[in-house]
This record gives sequence, structure tokens and C-alpha cells, in this order.
Amino acid sequence: MSGSAGSRAAVGGASAASRAWPLAAWAVVVAGLLLFPLVGRGFALFFLARIAILALFAMGFNLLFGYAGLLSFGHAAFYSAGAYTAGFILKAYPSLLAGVVGGVVVASLLGLVIGFFCVRHIDIYFAMLTLAFGMLVFSLVWKWVALTGGDNGFIGIPRAPLVLPGVGPVSMTPIGHYYEFVMAVTILTVAGLWRIVQSPFGLVLRALRENPERVEFAGIPMRRYRLTAFVLSAAVAGLAGTLLAPLENTVGPETAHWATSGEPVLASLLGGASTFTGPIVGAVLLELIKEVVERHTQYWLLAMGTVLVILVLGFRGGVVGGLGALLRRLRPGPTPQAAPADPPAATEP
Amino acid sequence: MLGTLLFQGLVGLSGAMYLWLVSAGLTLIFGVLRVLNFAHGSLYMLGAYLALTLVTSLHQPFWSALLLGAAGVAAVGVVLERVFIRPVYRLPIAYQLLLTFGFVLIFDDLVKIVWGPIYQVPPMPPSLGGAVLVLGRPYPVYNLFIMGAGAAVALLLWAVLDLTRWGKLVRAASSDREMAAAVGINVPWVFAEVFAFGAALAALGGALTVPVQTVSPGMGEGIIITAFIVVVIGGLGNLWGAFVGALLIGLLQAYGTLFVPVFDLALAFIVMALVLIWRPEGLFGGRPA
Repeated sequence: MSGSAGSRAAVGGASAASRAWPLAAWAVVVAGLLLFPLVGRGFALFFLARIAILALFAMGFNLLFGYAGLLSFGHAAFYSAGAYTAGFILKAYPSLLAGVVGGVVVASLLGLVIGFFCVRHIDIYFAMLTLAFGMLVFSLVWKWVALTGGDNGFIGIPRAPLVLPGVGPVSMTPIGHYYEFVMAVTILTVAGLWRIVQSPFGLVLRALRENPERVEFAGIPMRRYRLTAFVLSAAVAGLAGTLLAPLENTVGPETAHWATSGEPVLASLLGGASTFTGPIVGAVLLELIKEVVERHTQYWLLAMGTVLVILVLGFRGGVVGGLGALLRRLRPGPTPQAAPADPPAATEP
Repeated sequence: MLGTLLFQGLVGLSGAMYLWLVSAGLTLIFGVLRVLNFAHGSLYMLGAYLALTLVTSLHQPFWSALLLGAAGVAAVGVVLERVFIRPVYRLPIAYQLLLTFGFVLIFDDLVKIVWGPIYQVPPMPPSLGGAVLVLGRPYPVYNLFIMGAGAAVALLLWAVLDLTRWGKLVRAASSDREMAAAVGINVPWVFAEVFAFGAALAALGGALTVPVQTVSPGMGEGIIITAFIVVVIGGLGNLWGAFVGALLIGLLQAYGTLFVPVFDLALAFIVMALVLIWRPEGLFGGRPA
């Protein structure tokens, strides 16, 4: 996980070992997730698919927040754009892949338009503009009843079969099949994101977060980088939405509401916005907490708000960040750099 | 037709006044403390609930419900600022937004726990009921009262900030908190007082809606987003800008429901986006209050 960057500084065999360990851990997690339908069924599969969707949504959001240092309060716009588009396509043309690709394309285009206006700003103005655009999309979804079904939501979305070149149509009606599809897409996307944040592009994003002036002096077109990150982030959020539509068979306007925009924020913060895996861990915890809290009390917002306040006041590193700090303290020697440092650090003028 | 336009303008002006009261506190707090308070709408909601209880259960007259409600919320504001917001002053703005967003969620559920799903509207205070004929149509007296209240608050803010000693302290702490502290101003207390003052303004706005609107747990979220738009249009931290922004958005909403009812929600967002593209600092931005 976080060892790879710093391990280059370490000597000899230690470096190979520290590189092999995270890889092995990832392999175990991936295998476990893909083989899970052998033991789990019904609700467990549904629940894990939902976690994967939130994890994707949060990973998309955190590409902007954790890496580029831009806090978006409007990512529900892309999530719901993906979900509704997938719903429309699947109802008209039953091909799962067409729905997913179409949804991602529409969400990316929306990200391009909204991002074009938003990336000129940072900090509060960025957060407020994304919030405003998000609510703009929400009001469209809410009022355009003929297209979206308004308050009732868009219903009757089929879990259309998957048609791949060379492979016949695979039915997605059994939850086990659809679960595998969601997991495969999630794992591939996470791997892709890992490549992106490790690339020179990811490095520029982190530099933009830490010191935008210096980056600009270096002749790097800041806005274009921010816009690219914005579109990528919107595409991943949209992808999460496209996976949601066939899972739930309906899409409601609440997917566009700002409360939905808050979920990836919470997940990233809970897991640790300054780490690559933070949003995934946060998504797991958030869905678990939700499940437990909703079973015992209707006051889910109170619980979430309290968690948020505690996190901001005391545990800004989140679970992964906190564990990482603990490990580094326990294990003396060259301190490995965490993927990005504390995202908020030094952004203040 | 002209009559309709003018009349709808009057409706918009009274709507703008609630917005002004909330935005004034929001932008004042930002101007001095440099914290954008997401939970400001929740304080507005709290003001409404307190006033509702004072009028219906405790049988207070409307006037004292307004003042007591505002005072109660000011007290909540002091606790909020001293205990929770103070530790995040040094953090980036994203964390201040997140912390206060947490309180939005908390207040929403707390209100449900304490008050339950009540939706009753208390009787209009008799002296403010009824309507007068304006342009040949009946116009509620209460709306006129709201306009007067909004104007009075604007005057009061100007007088307090520009003429009193406390106003000087606030302006000093706002323009350079280190210098202000160095010359012996108790800056942390000034901050707490400003926060309480802003909270009281929001609560006043909320309490004033009680005779004409239903009180519900979601009311804070509705207004905070509009208030954000107002202060961003006017320029963050600028009171005059907030006043102009509130009038603009209030009128826009009134005419929006008249001409483009399907799109009325979206109008304010579009105007904000346009203003930010044209003048990223807002119409009166650059100089905090």
C-alpha cells in the first residue's frame, strides 16, 4: 500500500519484501471478494455490491479531494447522471455494457461542463460552486418528471444481460452474477486509479494541492490538470451510479441530492482522505455503521454528524491514516511516505 | 400587466428579507472569523422551533418569542463557537465546512427528537394580521412588517459596526487578528460575540417565518444553500453585498415562479455561476466588512 514510494530509499532485500507484501495482501482481498458468492448469498452479496459502489463513488471523489485538494459538495450530480443514463439505456436497449458505458460518457461530459466553471476556483468558492451545480442537477431531475419520473423515481430498470465479444449473453438476473460484475468493474477501476495517482499526472495533482503557485511557476497548466482530474473524478462517480441502477432496479431523485454528495465525503474522511485505500475502508465502515444504526434507531443523521465532528476534531487521518501512523511509530527505521501527505496540510495561504 | 409585475416585486422583496437576515449573519461571521458556517441554516431552523414553542406551548406574546428565541440561539452559538469551531480555525477551509456540515446533520435529528414532526402554524399576532390594498390588490400587512424588520436590521448592523466601540473592536479583529490581540483586544471573545450575534440574526429570521410558514426539520437546509448563493454573489464577508444579493435572489425567485415555474429552483444557481464567472470575488468582493 503505502510502502512502495518510500521503500526505494530502503536497502536490499527489505525493499523487495516490502513491495511483495502489499501485493500479496491485495491478491488475497481480490480473490476473497471474487470467490465470496461460493459461501455468501442473497443479502450479503447485495450488501457487498452496495459497499463496492460507494467505494467507487468515494474513490472518484477523493481523487479530487485527497489528491488535488479540491472539496466537491456536488458529486451526486455525476453519480445520478450515471445512474439515470444507465437506467434509460437499459430500459430501451437491454445490454449491461451499453448502459454502463453510456452512463460513464454522460457523467464525464457533465463533469467537463461543470468542471470547466468550477476549476477556476479553489477552497470555498469551489465547494460552493460544486454544491450549486449539484443542486441544479437535482432540481432538473426533480422537476423534469416526463423524463425522470420526478419524485417517484425512474422504475423498472432491468438487470440486462452482459454481452461480451466472443462470449454469449451472460444473464445478470441472479444476484451472484451481478455481484461478480460489480466486483470486477470495481477492482479494475481501483487498479486503474492506482496507476493514475502513481503517474506523473498524479504527482502534479499532489503538487497542486501543496503549492499551486510554485506549480504554475514551473510552467504547468494548472487549470487543465485540475479539469482533467475533475472529469476523471466525475467519470468514476458516474460509473458508481451506473452500477447502482441495475442493482436497485430503480433510480430516485435523492441520488442527486446534496445528502448523497455528502456520502463520499464521509467515507473518504472516515477511512482517511490522505491515503489511497482510505475511501474503500471508509465505504465499508460507513455502510456497516449505517446498517447497525438504522437497525437500532431512526436517527441516522445524528450518528453520522457526530462521527463527522469527532473525525474533524480528532482523527483527520481517518482509520487508514491513523493505522499508518501507528505502524510507523511501532516500526523504527526509514519512515515510508504515505501516498499523499495530509491533504489539508499547507493549503492555507 | 405592469401592476402584476410591481406586485410580484413586492412579494419578492418580503421574501428577500428572510434571506437577508440569514445571509447577514453568515457573511458577518465569515468576514470576522473566516469560517463559512454550514450550520447557519440550522440556527435559523432552531430559532423558528424555539419561537414556535414559546408562542404555542408557553403562551408568550409574539414579540418576546422573537427576542427570547434569538437569545436562546445566541447562547447555542457561543457554545458552538467556543467548544467546536475554535479548534478548526487553523485548519484548511474544507475542514471547517465539514465540521459545520456535521452539525447540520446533528441539529436536523435533534430537532426531530425534541419537537417531533409538528407542523402547526401558530396564529398571526393580531396587530400584524390582515391585508392592505396595494395597487388594487390585497397585500398582507405581515409582509410589510417583514420589510420593515429587514430594513431595521440593516440600519442596526450599520450603526453597531460603524458607530459603536464594539463595532470598532470587531472591525479591528476582522482586519488583523494578531495586531488586534497585540493592542489588548480579547480577540477570542470578540469572535464568540460575533458568532452569537450572527446566530441571533439567523434565529430572528427563522422566528419571523413562524406565523406564515410551516416549521419543519428540513427548513434549515433549504435556506442555507440559498444564503450561500447570496453571500457568494455579494462577495464573502461583505454585508452590503449580502443585502444586494438577498434582494436580487428574492426578486429572482418571485419572478421565477411567475415566468419560468419549472425552472425557478435553478435560476439562483445559474445567476451565481454567472456572477462567479464574471467576477470570481462576487459583486462587492475583495474587501471584507
